[in-house]
Amino acid sequence: MKAYVTRFSRSERTFHWVNATFFLYLLGTGLILFLPRFSRLVGRRPLIKDLHFWGGLGWIAALALIALLGDTRGLWRTLRELETLDHRRFNPGQKVNAILNAAITVLFVISGLLLWLGERDTRFRLQNTVTLHDTLMYAALALLAGHLYLAVIHPTTRHALRGMTRGTVSEEWARRHHPHWEVPPSSGPGEGTTTPTTDAART
Amino acid sequence: MSEQAPKRLGRGLFLVAVGGGLSSLWWGKSLTKAVSAIPFAPGGGWRIYTVAPTMPTFDPATWRLDVGGLVDKPVTLTYDELRAMPATSQIRDFHCVTGWSVSNVHWKGVRLSELLARVRPQFSALGVQFTSAEVPYVDSLSIFQAKVPDVLLAYEMNGKPLPREHGAPVRLVVPEMYGYKSVKWVSRIDLVERAQDGYWENLGYDRDAYIGHSNGL
Repeated sequence: MKAYVTRFSRSERTFHWVNATFFLYLLGTGLILFLPRFSRLVGRRPLIKDLHFWGGLGWIAALALIALLGDTRGLWRTLRELETLDHRRFNPGQKVNAILNAAITVLFVISGLLLWLGERDTRFRLQNTVTLHDTLMYAALALLAGHLYLAVIHPTTRHALRGMTRGTVSEEWARRHHPHWEVPPSSGPGEGTTTPTTDAART
Repeated sequence: MSEQAPKRLGRGLFLVAVGGGLSSLWWGKSLTKAVSAIPFAPGGGWRIYTVAPTMPTFDPATWRLDVGGLVDKPVTLTYDELRAMPATSQIRDFHCVTGWSVSNVHWKGVRLSELLARVRPQFSALGVQFTSAEVPYVDSLSIFQAKVPDVLLAYEMNGKPLPREHGAPVRLVVPEMYGYKSVKWVSRIDLVERAQDGYWENLGYDRDAYIGHSNGL
């Protein structure tokens, strides 16, 4: 009988996967605009530009909607967890990754808006906006590579992926990797101690 | 909850990252230069900017370059006829108004002044208008800017026929000005009374686009 504990709420998981989906969509449309090989292959630059631009706005709108319509207070608590770089539910590296991703998102949106506005009004055109937007792409890809390695490939950490897909991780894994995490009950909000569930109970 | 609250560093890290990124809009010129100079930059550091849904295609059999307007001897050139004209080569840096640059681009083509002399511009022609096969891209130079010796109609880039995304078969190269003046896919050249606003000028960019001395740069 293996016990599982909740690591990520439904809102947290939705936030994560919606963020990931929009990121990949923007990466794809962005690379078509960025790489000459893809630009030639696909063409239709004005259309791709629109898709990329509106995708960027959709990204922010979607995350805002989840924050508003989902478990707002829970997501707020998660945000506060990131304030302190100690090791509880998340280790410091995971927190730094999340914080840098948030900063990169904000910078992507600002520089993207500046690029869009600069094409329409020269007052918004700054010499280095393109460089910032490109550099953010490289930085985000570097973080993503590390994230994917730890979440999907690295044998001792990849169990964490289950937390982001099903919401739960094995209690034993949680205690080993996050010893100071005050493990919550596995189903629903509630007081008290851990109530482990079994595989059978969840399927 | 712990009694001894650990230091709250998260917000600080976030703000430093956002602030550092935003400030690079002002100090990042050296970063831009560094990024432009990366030898293995994808696409050789080029970005392909187009304004129409599809890139023009080039068929050597049907392609023609019309040179007309206020001239005494208008001419229509085939690709072979253009390539048969006296050629010149030059190595120049290419600068885009959006901030990126490509160093040491090797161009080969015909001097625009050579072509202009051949069609005999009329006295009243003080502007040269370039029409791209990529509708609706147009741009123009003053006759004086057009006659500067390093202004080329280039059909080779880095030793190879001009690639499609760079304006095949022929593009304008105006090394002293930002790239939007170097019209790609040139299909028509007209001598006109004076230079007029082109595609990007209509969106607020300078007609005299000298590098480092225009567009607020």
